[in-house]
Amino acid sequence: MAKAPASKTTSKAAKIPNTPTASKEDLLRFYREMVLIRRFEERAGQLYGMGLIGGFCHLYIGQEAVAVGVQESVKQGHDKIITGYRDHGHMLCAGMDPKEVMAELTGRIGGSSKGKGGSMHMFDTATGFYGGHGIVGAQVALGTGLAFAGRYRGDDSVAFIYFGDGAANQGQVYESFNMAQLWKLPAIYIIENNQYAMGTSIERSSSTTQLSERGSSFGIPGEQVDGMDVLAVRDAVARAVKRAREGGGPFILEMKTYRYRGHSMSDPAKYRAKEEVDEVKKTRDPIDHVKMLLDQAGATEDDLKAIDAEIKTIVAEAVQFAQESPEPDPSELYTDVYVEASA
Amino acid sequence: MTDILMPALSPTMEEGTLTKWHIKAGDTVKAGDVIAEIETDKATMEVEAVDEGEVAEILVAEGSENVKVNTPIARLAGEAGAAAPAQKAEAPRAEAAEPAAPAAPAAAPGPRVELRDPEIPADAKLVKTTIRDALRDAMAEEMRRDEKVFLIGEEVAQYQGAYKVSRELLQEFGDKRVVDTPITEHGFAGLGVGAAMAGLKPIVEFMTFNFAMQAIDHIINSAAKTLYMSGGQIRAGIVFRGPNGAASRVGAQHSQDYSAWYAQVPGLKVIAPYDAADAKGLMKAAIRDPNPVVFLEHEMMYGLEFDVPEGDYVLPIGKAKVRREGTDVTITAHSRMVGFALQAAEQLAGEGISCEVVDLRTLRPLDHETIVESVKKTSRLVSAEEGWGPMGVGAEVVARVIEHAFDYLDAPPLRVHQEDVPLPYAANLEALSLPGVDKIVKAVRAVMA
Repeated sequence: MAKAPASKTTSKAAKIPNTPTASKEDLLRFYREMVLIRRFEERAGQLYGMGLIGGFCHLYIGQEAVAVGVQESVKQGHDKIITGYRDHGHMLCAGMDPKEVMAELTGRIGGSSKGKGGSMHMFDTATGFYGGHGIVGAQVALGTGLAFAGRYRGDDSVAFIYFGDGAANQGQVYESFNMAQLWKLPAIYIIENNQYAMGTSIERSSSTTQLSERGSSFGIPGEQVDGMDVLAVRDAVARAVKRAREGGGPFILEMKTYRYRGHSMSDPAKYRAKEEVDEVKKTRDPIDHVKMLLDQAGATEDDLKAIDAEIKTIVAEAVQFAQESPEPDPSELYTDVYVEASA
Repeated sequence: MTDILMPALSPTMEEGTLTKWHIKAGDTVKAGDVIAEIETDKATMEVEAVDEGEVAEILVAEGSENVKVNTPIARLAGEAGAAAPAQKAEAPRAEAAEPAAPAAPAAAPGPRVELRDPEIPADAKLVKTTIRDALRDAMAEEMRRDEKVFLIGEEVAQYQGAYKVSRELLQEFGDKRVVDTPITEHGFAGLGVGAAMAGLKPIVEFMTFNFAMQAIDHIINSAAKTLYMSGGQIRAGIVFRGPNGAASRVGAQHSQDYSAWYAQVPGLKVIAPYDAADAKGLMKAAIRDPNPVVFLEHEMMYGLEFDVPEGDYVLPIGKAKVRREGTDVTITAHSRMVGFALQAAEQLAGEGISCEVVDLRTLRPLDHETIVESVKKTSRLVSAEEGWGPMGVGAEVVARVIEHAFDYLDAPPLRVHQEDVPLPYAANLEALSLPGVDKIVKAVRAVMA
């Protein structure tokens, strides 16, 4: 089998002569959010091992810079966000309460879906988070509909539509691309290319591996971005969003990222070498990258320690809440099947 | 002399309007010349000559309406040849195990024996309306009422609807609210559900529900389940509508009844009306309903006329309707089968059998109280549906009756349904496969025996 051309690892954003910069204040915020996701996910993995979380549980560890960088362009409550099943990081970034997210993982009434959705199915209209979808690629058509609604209402909202390199081979993605460009919908397609669709590497699943170019036959521009660099993500998204808000239509951002953990908790990880994972952790870790930038910006060890302590408390409280919140009352079994018709 | 016959321009066309002649007596035509324009129930089409010759006579004047298919419309002088289009010869009938159910004429409405609908105010003015126009009126009224309602699907706008159900909606509401899509069922169904989650009220038209199989993931996984999975936070108020079931001679892939498929899914409401008043009243209710609704229409019925009350006529979802009262046997049916059930009841009345016909109207939620009450009175049950029998609507109706009225039954219930095969194309096999009046009559006689 012909080996696909080696994918570019440098982002276009990185090629821009002016290295992106951020204030110390912004960097501390990025650090805080990325550490929140990582610590949250680590504890989720632990609770899974303890049998407190059931079913599927897909952790976001390694990909934190993507959701955090994207969120910088989100107008909360105005824009809309939708993603697939690896969704905990996006929900925390969108502003959902870690307690409610963790309690949903444990299937408790205090969970954001009252325990009826689980890891893959959480939503929050207040923060504009529309799930949490378990069918690979479905969120792309749904998200295109969120963008359609924005254009229909004539506001300048955009839809942030996340999907992975695996979903990028689903037919409905291209049906959606076609309509989005045909109608110039404000859709930002964010492909989180973490190199593996479950256990199948992108080289083994995709005839072309430059996913940023997947919109080219529809005339949708795309850009490849270093998804381990929160500033590169932030800036690439900001450009695409500005264009979409001005009526320029959809844009594809391929975030080159990496997931440290397995596809789900039951992943035996036979399809990649441990050395490959270790190498990424050692050389491209998104949190280490922000730490380095913070160091350059003059942040002290104490600044980071204060954040670490705060996050530790938040996650501990979430875990406690997720264990103490009761299971849904049996009377919840038949609620929320239908909306009772209002007069 | 060669007769030019009124052509059938669609699988379901039985008559049409000869809107324009492009030829007159004395003209010479050759094959391929456009000779006339004919308006069908779906579209206006140009008709080309098949034979050459001099036009001897125009037999049907321009502007004539309701010209039956195969009526001679003009005559060519010249060499006698095959009539154009070829005269429909009656194919020799294959020996059938049982007499083929006469395919009930599509254009013949059911007998007018229905009861006065208590939902229709006594002083309501009734207007003869086709089911097609009743659906169109329902959508137009709801679009006027609520800016969030829009129609999206293939050929709904400029083409005016593949079955003309969206006629003139584009003209009134513009292309923002009447949206032509690419042929992309999976994609536009998902887009519709996303728009519904964002608070709009999409009406998603499938050209037929056969094509909705490409989109069924979004109907079920995205629309039906999301309210539950979100603990009540995310609504997907949306209507999926279009013709369902068998048309005529279009083969197995274009002829399937999906009633049972959708009616099995919690979170969906499923409506399958019979007449135009129900089509209108239930469509308006479906559009106003905050839940995802699958609205199953029937291609063979779009052109049928029924009385529809004027004004803002909205019916409750989930209520069956007793279309004919009787004492000996209950026949349940929905959609087109209701007409067949009413015809069967009329025929059986002549044999002294009194049938009560219950039009289910809504399949989910199923109004089993009305069914059970009827069976408690008649003690016998025949269910009729166009789809396949196993795991079907009839199976569910029978199960509910057994659960709730077992002691009232005097005979095992029987189900009438399509034969357990993909729908054949050959006219005789198609007629054998589909349920009709005869099969219902036989089933009723059997439960009465």
